[in-house]
Formats: sequence, C-alpha cells, structure tokens
Amino acid sequence: MEALDAFESSGEDASYIAGGQSLVPALALRLQAPQLLIDIAHIETLRGVELQGDWLRIGALTRHCEVLADPLIRTHAPLYSDAAPHVAHPAIRNKGTIGGSISHADPASEFPAMTLALGAELEIANRDGTRRVAADDFFVDLFQTAIEPGELLVAIHVPVVRPGHRWAFHELARRRGDFALVGCGILAEFVDDAVAQIRIAFFAVGSTPIRAQQAEDILIGKRLDQATIAAAQAVAGDDLDPSEDEHVPPAMKRHLARVLLGRLLGQIARQAP
Amino acid sequence: MSALTPLDRPNSYIGRSVPRPNAKRLLAGRGRYVTDITLPRMLHVAYVRSPYAHARIVSINALAAREMPGVRLVATGEDLAKLCTPWVGTMDHFKGMKSPPQLPLPIDKVVWSGQAVVAVVADTRALAEDAAEAVTIEFDELPAVVDIDAAREPDAPVISPELGSNLCFHGKIDTGGIDEIFTGAAYVVEEEFHFGRHTAVTMEPRAIIADYDASEGQLTVHHATQTPYQFQDIYSRHYGIPESRVRVIAPDIGGSFGMKLHMYHEDMAVVGLSMMLGRPVKYVADRIESFVSDIHARDHRVRARMAADAEGNILAMDVEDVTGIGAFSAYPRTSVVEGNQVYRLMGAPYTFRNYRADLQVVFQNKVQMSQYRAVGHPVACTVTERLVDMIADKTALDVFDIRSRNMIADDAYPCTSPTGYQFEALSHHACLAKLKAMMDYDRLRAEQAELRTKGIHRGIGIATFVEITNPGPAFYGVGGARISSQDGAIIKITPSGDVHCSISVTELGQGTETIIGQIVAEHLGVDSNRIKVMTGDTDTTPHGGATYACRGAGIGGETALQAAKKLKANVLAVAAAILQDEPEKLDIHSGWIVDAATAQQRMELSEIARIAYFRSDTLPPGTQAQLSVAHHYAPQGYPFAFTNGVQACHLELDVETGLVKILKLWVVEDCGRVINPLLVDEQIRGGVVQGLGAAFFEECVYGDNGQLTNGSLADYLVPMAVEMPDIEIGHVETPTLDTQLGAKGVGEAGTAAASAAALNAINDAMKPFGGTVAQVPMTPARILKALGHI
Ligand SMILES: Cc1cc2nc3c(=O)[nH]c(=O)nc-3n(C[C@H](O)[C@H](O)[C@H](O)COP(=O)(O)OP(=O)(O)OC[C@H]3O[C@@H](n4cnc5c(N)ncnc54)[C@H](O)[C@@H]3O)c2cc1C
Repeated sequence: MEALDAFESSGEDASYIAGGQSLVPALALRLQAPQLLIDIAHIETLRGVELQGDWLRIGALTRHCEVLADPLIRTHAPLYSDAAPHVAHPAIRNKGTIGGSISHADPASEFPAMTLALGAELEIANRDGTRRVAADDFFVDLFQTAIEPGELLVAIHVPVVRPGHRWAFHELARRRGDFALVGCGILAEFVDDAVAQIRIAFFAVGSTPIRAQQAEDILIGKRLDQATIAAAQAVAGDDLDPSEDEHVPPAMKRHLARVLLGRLLGQIARQAP
Repeated sequence: MSALTPLDRPNSYIGRSVPRPNAKRLLAGRGRYVTDITLPRMLHVAYVRSPYAHARIVSINALAAREMPGVRLVATGEDLAKLCTPWVGTMDHFKGMKSPPQLPLPIDKVVWSGQAVVAVVADTRALAEDAAEAVTIEFDELPAVVDIDAAREPDAPVISPELGSNLCFHGKIDTGGIDEIFTGAAYVVEEEFHFGRHTAVTMEPRAIIADYDASEGQLTVHHATQTPYQFQDIYSRHYGIPESRVRVIAPDIGGSFGMKLHMYHEDMAVVGLSMMLGRPVKYVADRIESFVSDIHARDHRVRARMAADAEGNILAMDVEDVTGIGAFSAYPRTSVVEGNQVYRLMGAPYTFRNYRADLQVVFQNKVQMSQYRAVGHPVACTVTERLVDMIADKTALDVFDIRSRNMIADDAYPCTSPTGYQFEALSHHACLAKLKAMMDYDRLRAEQAELRTKGIHRGIGIATFVEITNPGPAFYGVGGARISSQDGAIIKITPSGDVHCSISVTELGQGTETIIGQIVAEHLGVDSNRIKVMTGDTDTTPHGGATYACRGAGIGGETALQAAKKLKANVLAVAAAILQDEPEKLDIHSGWIVDAATAQQRMELSEIARIAYFRSDTLPPGTQAQLSVAHHYAPQGYPFAFTNGVQACHLELDVETGLVKILKLWVVEDCGRVINPLLVDEQIRGGVVQGLGAAFFEECVYGDNGQLTNGSLADYLVPMAVEMPDIEIGHVETPTLDTQLGAKGVGEAGTAAASAAALNAINDAMKPFGGTVAQVPMTPARILKALGHI
C-alpha cells in the first residue's frame, strides 16, 4: 500500500492522519512535530461497515457520527452505538474515526473500552500483510497498542451479539461530551437468567481500558440479585488502577466505578426477557 | 387598552427590546477583531516563558534563535527597560498598600510560572514560535510562595525583598463592641469559605498590534480592550510619546469581562518592540498563554461568623478575608479593589449595624489576580447568604422569612451600610416577594419533600445581593489612578439628516452601541435606524471612562441623553429661525420638525441640514447653525448607584456520584430604568452562567510548586449550554434620581449571586445527610467528601 510505503520512506518521522481530532491538537500544542503527515482518510479498504457471517467488520475510517447512526452497528455491535453520543461533540464526531480513536488508545476514550467489552479483534496491516489481534491483547499501555510503528489499523471485527446477550453502557462526566470521570460498558450472555459469560470494561480508570475480572468471576453462574451485584461492586475497585490525580483522586474513581457498576448491573438485571 | 404608555410616544426607544444593529454584521462573519487585522510590513511576536514559579534568571542565550529563518528581533527585559518606564499598581486611598515596580519583561528574576521572559519577533507567528524554542534561559530556581498562610509566615521567602514582606495591603473595619455582641448573642454561626481562582476565558483572547511610525513619532495601537483611553494614557506616559501622538483603537471585542482592562506585560512589550523595529508587531495570546497570563479572579479564604438574637434578627458579622493576588498588584486599577469590595459588601442587604472585618491581600508566585465581572461580589454574597441560611436553620425560620425579617425596608432609604456605602433607594422586599411568586416556592418545597422519600435529592437556595454600579471619581480618580469616571459624546447631524454619535463608552458585545442609539434617537426625535454610533477609537471619540464597573448605561447613557438634548435645542433654534416661530413651540418627531402642541409636521430635519450646510445664505443674518455638539457628563450625586436583586437556584444532586443537574435559576433584579429589556436580560443570563461556572466548574488549580495544573480547555471546565438551566428573569424598577435617564448598571448582577444561590441549594439538598460545603467550585470530589463517600 502506498501509505505504508510512504511511512517507510520517511525514516519513521511520519504520522498517519485520519480524522485529525487527536493528532491536530497534539500538533498545535507542539507535542508532536512529524516531518510528514500521511493522509489515510481516502483509502477505500479502510472504509465501510459489513456483516461477514458471525462477525461485523467496521472499517477503521468509519467516523464517530457514522457509528452513531449505522443500523448494522446498532444491531450487531450495540455498545458502540450506545457509547457514540458520549464521544465528544458533533463537530468532532463528524471528523473523528473509530480507528483513530482505537489506535490513539486514550484510556479515557469510549470506543477502545467498548472494543474490549465486545471482545472484538483488530485487523492490522503492514508491508508484509495483515494480522488480527484480540482486544484483550491489543491495549498495551498508555497510548500504546499492538500496532507497531508504520502499521495501520484496517478494521475492527466484532463478534455479533446473539439472543441471550444483554448489554449496558454509561459514563459519568461533569459536562456532556467531556472525557468521562469513569465509564463502563458491559456485555453479558445469559443462560436461564444466570450469567454465563460477562465482559465488563471500564475506561478512565488506568493507563488502558480495563476489564473488571474479579467482578466478572463473581458474577459468572449467578443470577443478578442485589447481593450478587453488591459482591461484584465490592471487588470492582481492586481491578482498576487509577493514577494519582489531584482533580479526581483514585479513591473517588474507585467509588464512582462501584456506583456505575451497580447501576449498570441493575439495568441488565431488569432487561430480563 | 386605550391608555397610552410611555412606549407609545414617537421615537420612544427607551424601554424597548431593540435588537443589536451590529449583531447581523458579526453573525455574517464581517466582524473585525484585532486578530483579523493585517497591516503592511507587520511582524509577529512569540514569547519564551518561565517554566518556574520563582527563579533567578542566570543567563539568556539567543544566538541560535537570532539565526533562525524569518527572525527580526530577539529582545530581553533589559532591551525594553531602555524604552519603557516601570509601573506600580498602587492607589493612594488604599493606605499602606504596596507593590513592586513592573517592567514589560523581567530583568533578573521571574515570579510566576508562565511569565514572559524573552520576546522573539519574526515574519510569522509560526517562525517566531520555532525560534522561541531555540532560546535557552538558565534559571536558578527559588522556593515558590504559593500558600496564602505560608506567604505570611515570618520566615517565608519574600518575593519582592524591597517591600519587606509578602503583604500587599492590610485593611480593617470595626464598628466597635463586636466581641461583646457575639458573647451575648442567642445564636452564633461560623464557617470557613474557600473561593478558587478562575479566569475569564473570553472567546477572543487578548490581542494587540502596535505600530510605531518614527517619521511622525506616532504610535497606533489596535488593542482588544474595553478601556482604550486608559491605555492611551499608559502608553504615552511609559514610553514618553505625547498623548496626541498615541492612538488606541479597540475594534470589535469578543468578550472582556474585566479581563481586558489590565496592563499585561506582553502587551506593553509589543509597543516597545514596534518602536525598536519601526514596524507593526502583533501579539495574540493563544489559549494556553491566556491561562497563564490573563488575570485570574477571586482566590479568597474567608472565615466569618454571624450573630443573631433568639428571634433570628441578625446582630453582627465578623469577617476575616485573606486573598492571594500573584506577585504584583495589577496596573492601573490595583488588585486590592476585589478584597476591598468583598469586605465592604458583606451583609449589605441587611439592617444590622455591627461589623468587624480584616482584609489581608497577599503576594504569591502565581499570575496576577484582579478585577473580573462582579468584583468581590460573589464572595461577599456567598459568605453572607450562607451564614443567613445557617441562622435560619438554628432558628427554624424559612429562608424567605429570615431574609424578609432582616432586610432593609423598601421605604427606609436613603441609608448607609455599616461599612459606609450610601444607598439611594433599593427594593429588597419587592424583589424577594416577586421571586417567591415566580418560582412557586411553596410547591417546590412540597415537591422536594415528596421526592426525598423516593431517594431524589433536590435543593433550593436563594441569595440576596447588592451590586456596585456607576462609580464616580471616588473609585479610581481620588486614588491617583488616571481612569476617568466621566464620559463624553459628540453628536452631529449629517447633510441628509442622519445622525452620527461618537462616544467614549465601548462595545464589547454587550450592546452599548445599541442602547446609546436608542437614547439618542428618543431624545433627539429621530428614527433609530438613522443613527450611527461609533466607539473605541481615542482619535475620534472624546476622552472617557469607557466600560468598567457597570457604568456604560448609567453614565454613558446619561452623557448621550444630555448631548442629544443639547443638539435638539440647537436644531430647534435653527428651525425656529427658518420657520419664524419660537423654539419652545416646536419639537422633533421621527426626523420631522413638528408643532409641539399638535404634532403637525412642519419641516424635515434633512431640510434643515441641507439649508444649514449648503444654503446658509438663506438663513436670517446672525444665525449660525450648530448641528454638532460635544458634551461631557460626570456623576455628581451618590458616589455609586447601588442596585439590588435576589436569585434562586433549584438543582438535583446525585448523592452517590456528587454530580449535579441544575434545574432552574430565577433572578429578580432592580437596575433602575431598563433601557432595553432584551439586552438587560441577556446581561443577567450571561452573568448567571459565569456565576454557575464559578460555582461548579471553573477553577485554576495550582500544584504546591506554583504550577498551574489545568491550563487548557480540556482540563479547565467552562460551563456549556447543556449544563445550564433555563434562567427566568423578573424586574423591579427603581430609577436613580441622580440622572435624567434613571438607569443603573446591570452587567454584574447575574454573576454577583448565582454561585451563592447554588451553594445554598447544594447545602439544602445535602441536609438529610448532614454534610455541608463551603467551597467553590463545588466539584463532585468536594461534594462526595462532604457526603462522606471518599
Ligand atoms: C474537544 C475534543 C473532545 C473529545 N472528546 C472525546 C471523548 O469524549 N471521547 C473520545 O473517545 N474521544 C474524544 N476526542 C477524541 C476524538 O474521539 C478523536 O477523534 C479520536 O480519538 C481520534 O480519531 P481521529 O480519526 O481523529 O484520529 P487522528 O487524530 O487522525 O489520529 C490519532 C492517532 O491515531 C493514529 N491513527 C489514526 N488512524 C489510524 C489507523 N487507521 N491506523 C493506525 N494509526 C492511526 C494517528 O497516526 C494518530 O497518532 C475528543 C477530541 C476533541 C478535539
């Protein structure tokens, strides 16, 4: 691909630019000063939303506003649709792309965490071909992912939700459209009104989106009654790793995460068929 | 509906919601802000700023920067000190006040993080920023004075050793016998309040172009400011350029809120840079620079107590305010005015006479703190109104009842406050009654009780306030500051009978030009669409105070009114000569000379103008038509025109998350004669939003080392439309008798009490849980702490 070649020939002093909604602010602040900007916004293979058997393929260049309105995403990967209205503001959603958001991997971003909750796989291209990385292995550290320098995120592949699946999303933010104080998306599979599988992904609580694994373990095999929810809430804080921040202290993040988890699990419990 | 109201007279514009004639132009993108202006041969400056809050400058190396592409000049504090004399932000009437001399750029040390140190001038801003990165400054870091208590310790590092301490000003008020009153009182409440720093965040940042033309010795400055005359005076005196050779033009201004009336170091430097280069130099603060160099507001810690008798009659207040102002007092208005208004406005709506207060204004290694919309008001209002609510709790009185029991009666004027403010006529009780009806208070209380049983926690808070407007010379002039309290206007009739008014009050988006047009139209007797109002250019308008302290309508408006009347008399004199009638029997309606008694049209104003300008030969001998007038007006009655009002806030608190939904805000306000209801209401709404910003969102947070930790719009939260409630406004009109117009100020009323009403509402919502909050902004973290969750 031309874009991959351009990166190679720049001596790695280049940046891909998709919607520019994270990159341009960084350039304006002089935090980054690449010699070359490679505009990927018109690469056709990175576009489109398509159902491929049990998987939904979402092109990396799908813009936030398209995620918000797309009927296939609404049906098959609904956590993205639920999260989209909380991503920034209309002007930014008109330009920003889901691939840019996931590649940028801001730990406070909605889409990376929903990628984790949905158990999606990320298709990455380099000059030798493409590979798929599971969401659980994709988010490495603060703004760091499995994408190596010069590689491109091509598409997100989401296993489609099935009957028996329930989900919920919410975030706590001081102003609508802000990065959240704490946010969470949950995808659960129920068998006989008991939790068979569950993925709880928090954001803005550490250096990457984080799964609340201890809480998940408690919930598996259980009905979502008040005592079970309380037990999951009790351990949820331990899974998180909020950094010292004088504006939002870690104790507050943990408290809010527990409150949010309780509310979302309550919501899921009430979704009984 | 047959009775005629005052609005049914011809040309009756005062009191009408006339839309702003300049709004269309701005909406159409035809605004001309300083940023839009490009002058031939113009250069751009970028500043290298201090990363330290307090440090000695050891050396500056600009060799590499000077070699960078497009660089025309790299200048340091020493270079500019050769051209510009130092300034000191003190006023004589604040006895004992001190502040160190300031220069455009520092010579040997920096005193806040973000202070500009070196100026780099280049062909474009981008090139200047590139070169600024190549300047290396060696600093020797000094201990930073950040905390207001640590700053006053005997062994604290002294920021300006020549001043001997970090205390800028110490003020005291004591009406006597306070301790005895508190000892004998049935109830005493007390609280420690914290008011965080916040800042203006104008849509248009600070912007300036200085253009020094050595061939004429002429300095022209395009400056985004609300006070061009003040800056004309400052540039003239500090750069030694005769005043007649200094022209300051304030074009369209994108918000100011007091922030753009202070002398900023970068702005002063731009003038010197232009003189050094003989070329125009532009500086536009970017958002990050705005956060570390625009003035901040507030920053007070107030310990206060209030005493009341067994019936809930307030007996006395005892207040101690410590406020941090940065390393300097701002020039030329000083940073003491805020604290001065805090400790003089305490308890202003109430009848009690016993008051003691101590004000300490403290230097610290932060950016300067100074006047911003509603100077001192929200602090005085919040402290007073929270304490009043605490007395209400003790005495089991309703929040309305405690206030009506203690407020000055509407027929008790004129009277004075315990701190010496003279009130001509206020209307606290009328406003309170109107507010209670507007908000349907009893229903809200019943609803609150019912919802509490369902786990929904709503709060209702009210706050009464007094606002300082229309200041006379006692405000600045007597303190030695060359800031005018008078205004001037020139009105002329053009040959086709249009009217041109140039006036010294300025337009910042608040609608000054609109109301001046309304006043001139009404008092001259012409249609308002034939009037053009010009503001903001020291070469073409008379000298005046311009815009500050809510004086535009009251003082500028009265100036326009008197000037229009003078011009009308001149017109009627010529008309009488032409019509061979007596001037007293004539009047002007809609641009026609009419018979005063019958309103019968006699002659068009345009015809008078045609004759006066082109056929003066046909006028009777000795008649010299005076179709232009110049007129000045300075307030001479009360030192200030105080206004009053009351606000109520209704909100819902999520007691698990600390997040707040503001449901509604009501304001009843008395600004005297309302000239334009639309503009008055929008002033109040905008002010309320800034007050709610301070209450819930806005705070400049510093680390222990004096670093601002949230200086960007991603981290510093301004209130946005979604979070703002509907704001319902009512009016009571008590015109001032000091002027013919009767208008007082209104621009700060919204900000004065919104945060106080919000704070009372939050405490009301938290009542079942026992916690209280006495700090703004009321962030989720602070609320959760008060509720015991973290
Ligand atoms: C005011 C504001 C508020 C915002 N609020 C939120 C919010 O609440 N929640 C939220 O999640 N986000 C928010 N954002 C960020 C926004 O969602 C960005 O659009 C998104 O993070 C990046 O997408 P982009 O297409 O604009 O990427 P760009 O800015 O173009 O790129 C971002 C980074 O990703 C890389 N990149 C982009 N696409 C690819 C690709 N296909 N393969 C490999 N690398 C790639 C780029 O090289 C760059 O390093 C906000 C942004 C702004 C300006």
